[in-house]
Amino acid sequence: MSVAGGLPTPSTGTAPRGFALGRFLTPLAFLLPFLIGLVIFTLFPIVNVFLMSFKEKYQMLTGEFTQYGPGNYVLLFKDPYFLNGLKNTALYVFTVVPVSTALSILFAYLLNKKLRLNPLFQTAFFLPLVTSVIAVGLAWKWIFNFDYGVFNFLLSRFGVEPINWLNNPNYSLWAIIIYGIWSYLPFTIILLLAGLQNINPLYATAAAVDGASKARIFFRITLPLLAPTVGLVLIINTISASKVFDELFPLFNGKPGAAYNLYTVVYYIYEVFYVKFRLGQAGAAAVILFLIVLIFTLVQLYLQRNWQHY
Amino acid sequence: MRRLSLESLIDNLILLLGAAVMIFPFYWMFLSAFKTPAEVNTTPPTWVPATFNFDNFAYAFNAAPFARYFLNSVIVTAAVVTLSLVVTIMAAFAFSRLKFPGRDVLFSFCIALMLVPFEMIVITNYATIVKWHLTDTLIALIIPFTSSIFYTYILRNSFLSIPDTLYYSARVDGASNWQYLWRIMVPIARPAIVTIALLNTITSWNAFFWPLLVVNTKLNRTLPLGLYSFITDGGIRYERLMAGATIVVIPVILLFLVARRNIVSGVARGGLKG
Repeated sequence: MSVAGGLPTPSTGTAPRGFALGRFLTPLAFLLPFLIGLVIFTLFPIVNVFLMSFKEKYQMLTGEFTQYGPGNYVLLFKDPYFLNGLKNTALYVFTVVPVSTALSILFAYLLNKKLRLNPLFQTAFFLPLVTSVIAVGLAWKWIFNFDYGVFNFLLSRFGVEPINWLNNPNYSLWAIIIYGIWSYLPFTIILLLAGLQNINPLYATAAAVDGASKARIFFRITLPLLAPTVGLVLIINTISASKVFDELFPLFNGKPGAAYNLYTVVYYIYEVFYVKFRLGQAGAAAVILFLIVLIFTLVQLYLQRNWQHY
Repeated sequence: MRRLSLESLIDNLILLLGAAVMIFPFYWMFLSAFKTPAEVNTTPPTWVPATFNFDNFAYAFNAAPFARYFLNSVIVTAAVVTLSLVVTIMAAFAFSRLKFPGRDVLFSFCIALMLVPFEMIVITNYATIVKWHLTDTLIALIIPFTSSIFYTYILRNSFLSIPDTLYYSARVDGASNWQYLWRIMVPIARPAIVTIALLNTITSWNAFFWPLLVVNTKLNRTLPLGLYSFITDGGIRYERLMAGATIVVIPVILLFLVARRNIVSGVARGGLKG
């Protein structure tokens, strides 16, 4: 930070006026607790994880490593579990995010039509926002239970044979996707509802006066005007769904699927670093996760800039 | 008129169906928690328990130290919320009210750091906690979460909307920056402060990944971690697991019922995810 050329600050200095350091003392005093936490638990870890990802055969406790090199990344992309994690994460993101967003548009649209939002509806639709993934995940585990689960019972009413949702590798991804769609609805509905409330109702009224049907108004006016919010929600949810992890613990007792078939990127990071102590490789996987998030964030910034005209 | 009411009937039916699906896992959790072991494992399932028995709750509190987990969760959440409020309020004040060279550059830099996923920095943070010999302590569950960039960002926006003239007149009247912040600015910015306190309470209460890493012994578990261990400690007995899950979710559900508007408006600003 440069001291020269700063604005005159008549009110902040505790040191004598004109003494350059005084300009920093008061702000520093207010910022210090924040900056200490930030440096130790955010800034240093970021730098460290990048370095770590290039340290080959890195030992956490001794700090020893053989050399700097791309070895961890090579290992990573040769590891079938990591590739499995990338694949599952992609499948999860590209099913959960579009389906929950489409359902959310429907529910947000219907909720927005009501003059007053019924507190009962609001509570029902938004409650999953505040509840623990572990607790609710256990309820889903019970719902998905093969023998006595209520889901199989309901399906049996439609003539569907009982499905071993959690222990059959062909279905376990679907179990976590169904739970995921459900859990992404509240947040998505809230953001879309806010977006709908920002649309001037005069547009729809004018179109209705001109004789446009409800469906036409929805697809030709409401939906295009809602597009920036939909885009924003898609990106936020994509970033968040890329980090799918907690859900595996209640559903599969902490394993990545009953047959170790359901690795996700974050689960892989967790296992490699916490169970196998291969820190360099965990760092490399974390850097890949960061790049995924970075790309989607850049897309978000680009879209937000280009949708300003709405 | 007939067409309109038919349409509104269909709308309401779809919403009711949606609401039922959203609320069902909670209903099923509470219901199963009151069932007897025999009643839980029946086909077809019963939709209302034959009798309300509290044995499963008693088991959760006796067999596993759920009371202790509860206490730990309360301590950790209270400490995280209080400390991070003090830290972020001070930081937001410096970023909004005080003027110093490089302020906006520093703030933009902090905003850029927000996009780094917590899952990425967790590796180093774990190493730090090990190095400081803080593994398996409640302190380890608290200190990484005092400096929240996101909450500072929300508070800064709220502080910026408070007119400068108020500051200068308070300073002329002899108030120090510190007094101005806590006596004038904080009371005015109360709605924003309440919102971030609520969001932080919910996030902290439900935290799982970090406690999973740093806590090793029973006595230091928080509720979500204790509940997860209950699967392996107590065996998969769903009536008991659902009683444990109920204990975990009831406090936040009560909080939600009391502060629904505030929480929802906070979430609309992007407050909980990511």
